[in-house]
Amino acid sequence: MAISRVARVGAIAAISALALTACATGDTDAPAASGECTPSDGAVNLTFTSWLPGVEEAVAIWNEENPDVQVEVQTGPNGNGGTYQNFFNQLAAGNAPDLGQIEFDAMPNFRVQDGLENIAACEGILAAEDQFVPWTWSQVTFGEEEAVYAIPQDTGPMAMFYRTDLFEQAGIAIPTTWEEYEAAAVQIRELGGYINNFSQSDINAFAGLVWQAEGQWFSNGADGWTVDLTGAESTQVAEYWQGMIDNDLVAVYPPWTDEWNAAYNSSELWTWVSAVWGANTIASGAPDTAGNWGVAPMPQWEAGASAAGNWGGSTTAVLKGSAHPYEAAQFALWLNTDADALTAMNRTANIYPATIAGANLPVFGEGVEFYGNQKIYEVFAEAGNNVNPNFTWGPTMTQVYNDVADGFSGAVSGNGTLLDALTAGQDKTLAALKAASIPVKE
Amino acid sequence: MTTTASARPTGSARRSSKNRPARNGGIRESAVSRTVAMSVMVVATLYFLTPMWWLFVASTKTRGDFTTTAPLWFADFALFDNIAALIDYRDGVFLRWLANSALYAGLGALLATLFAAMAGYAIAKYSFRGRETLFNVVLGGVLVPATALALPLFLLFSQAGATNTIWAVLLPSLVSPFGVYLSRIYAAASVPDEIIEAARIDGAGEVRTFFTVATRLMAPALVTIFLFQFVAIWNNFFLPLIMLRDERLFPVTLGLYVWNTQVSQIPDIRALVIIGSLLSVIPLIVTFLALQRFWQSGLANGGLK
Repeated sequence: MAISRVARVGAIAAISALALTACATGDTDAPAASGECTPSDGAVNLTFTSWLPGVEEAVAIWNEENPDVQVEVQTGPNGNGGTYQNFFNQLAAGNAPDLGQIEFDAMPNFRVQDGLENIAACEGILAAEDQFVPWTWSQVTFGEEEAVYAIPQDTGPMAMFYRTDLFEQAGIAIPTTWEEYEAAAVQIRELGGYINNFSQSDINAFAGLVWQAEGQWFSNGADGWTVDLTGAESTQVAEYWQGMIDNDLVAVYPPWTDEWNAAYNSSELWTWVSAVWGANTIASGAPDTAGNWGVAPMPQWEAGASAAGNWGGSTTAVLKGSAHPYEAAQFALWLNTDADALTAMNRTANIYPATIAGANLPVFGEGVEFYGNQKIYEVFAEAGNNVNPNFTWGPTMTQVYNDVADGFSGAVSGNGTLLDALTAGQDKTLAALKAASIPVKE
Repeated sequence: MTTTASARPTGSARRSSKNRPARNGGIRESAVSRTVAMSVMVVATLYFLTPMWWLFVASTKTRGDFTTTAPLWFADFALFDNIAALIDYRDGVFLRWLANSALYAGLGALLATLFAAMAGYAIAKYSFRGRETLFNVVLGGVLVPATALALPLFLLFSQAGATNTIWAVLLPSLVSPFGVYLSRIYAAASVPDEIIEAARIDGAGEVRTFFTVATRLMAPALVTIFLFQFVAIWNNFFLPLIMLRDERLFPVTLGLYVWNTQVSQIPDIRALVIIGSLLSVIPLIVTFLALQRFWQSGLANGGLK
């Protein structure tokens, strides 16, 4: 048993390495990037791989309106669950779908491995910039001139979910700064609860906190990538939460488990600093607390500031080698800007659109019963506008998440600190970049 | 479980009282070791059955009760509502997945057994140049994990334009090196040359001899190969994950995995993953219980050479 498991792990590692090198070296005949994006003649069939549940409904609207450009939906697990690896395999084999769903944090990986078509020259794409929440557009251009590699689909602006009833009964003011948040945590702990749960495995949520603090884990310049998991802001955030863990002011349940849900349902946990889609998570995991939740902006590092982080969100990209980049780009733009399409995707998959107008869809203007009829999406729309547009993801985020999560799960059980985990993650990330022949600036 | 555990040591204690003068200390130790062995087994049984119990209990709960009530005991019994919701979701795609799994595993295992039996029989009963080399190569195939072959297979099927089809999963499932190995061992041991000789004298061709005489004698081994391959294909997750993009072609393992990765987006889907997991293990349990005596004898045969 043990031997076969080792063999299996080894085999998977070997396969991944093969796939990586195949992709890194295989695309020598890539077409020129600029200036060419013309409609195809005749009827066009496009394939679109997405793991968004029920995305077929939105696509059906397009197919009805565009008989000459028919889109077929293909599906799979979420990106890190296998679809990204499939994309890379398919790119190497030359049979990738025309369009694929790619999360913001995976975009640099695809760009570095030359898996994306530049659709800037396609009609209407450059002009669409104004329709999107500012930070999302910089994520799909990578700051390059005349370049657009995907159309933003949805975002996860962060805010603070909190128990209105508990805070009121205890006479604790809703914290607006992280300092107040810690003070409130002490009071709540005295009452037997915890202000929050520190997630040992949601490294992208932690990245959202660093993002809010205007930290920068990665940057990409002419002479290669810079990795800075332990920069001043990142260190500040890590030490803040390490203090909360050390003083037993936050719970450390493994997130997304029954006991984690139960802790919210039983009123042990009072707040959750999370993304817009977390609204459904709480509603589904803690049904007994219905009506007693509210949403406020994230606590701030500086009193009076209004910075927000982001957790999650994805794009629709035209993958390298598509025979019909013009039509694919038009579809991607339509899917993520059309009010009917966005409404359909919100209904089936709870997405929160990346367009400015999307925040004004009727569904986001209503009060939500679970949150005491508060119009919670107004808070998130505001947060989305306050997300720092200059945050850059690295090209190996899956590896970063895994390595940092290893350290974090040690830290919550007293083995090392969060900062140790980031330091170790820094070294492993540099090694991973070098192993993938990605230029690194040290 | 507990009654057996307590009954056994009493039995041995009674027996030991007869022999007490001779082997006093040794027997007492044996009673202790039996108790320890039994309790280890009871713990192991609980360890393996508790998740199944949890799965069953969780499947009977409404979404609200799922997080709010004790995880190992029943609340409102909503099993049938949950099944109905599962079957209703996305036009019954779950049933389609079950049917796909049955097709891939059933047909795949059947054909794999046939090919393995023919190859093993031929290697056992005909002498030809390179026979041992051929057999050793096949034996080497036993050592290569199926996972390691998935990506090369994907690239091959891409060349042929056959990814994302039924064939992409079915064709690679038709090969069972272990089956060839087992068939050879079993054919050599259980099909006497004299019977084959007699069949030839009676005028049967080689193919007819194989199907009417040899396969009957090899039947226990064939059932084992079928079971092995059925379970292997049913549980093979990596190959479909790499090959398939059309939801309508997914086997049930891949389908449930895909849903499970969507839970953070749509928390309600979790209930469907749970009830779906329960339903998806039932065919395996049935197959296993129905054919387990063959399975055991086959394992023992595989160990002899």
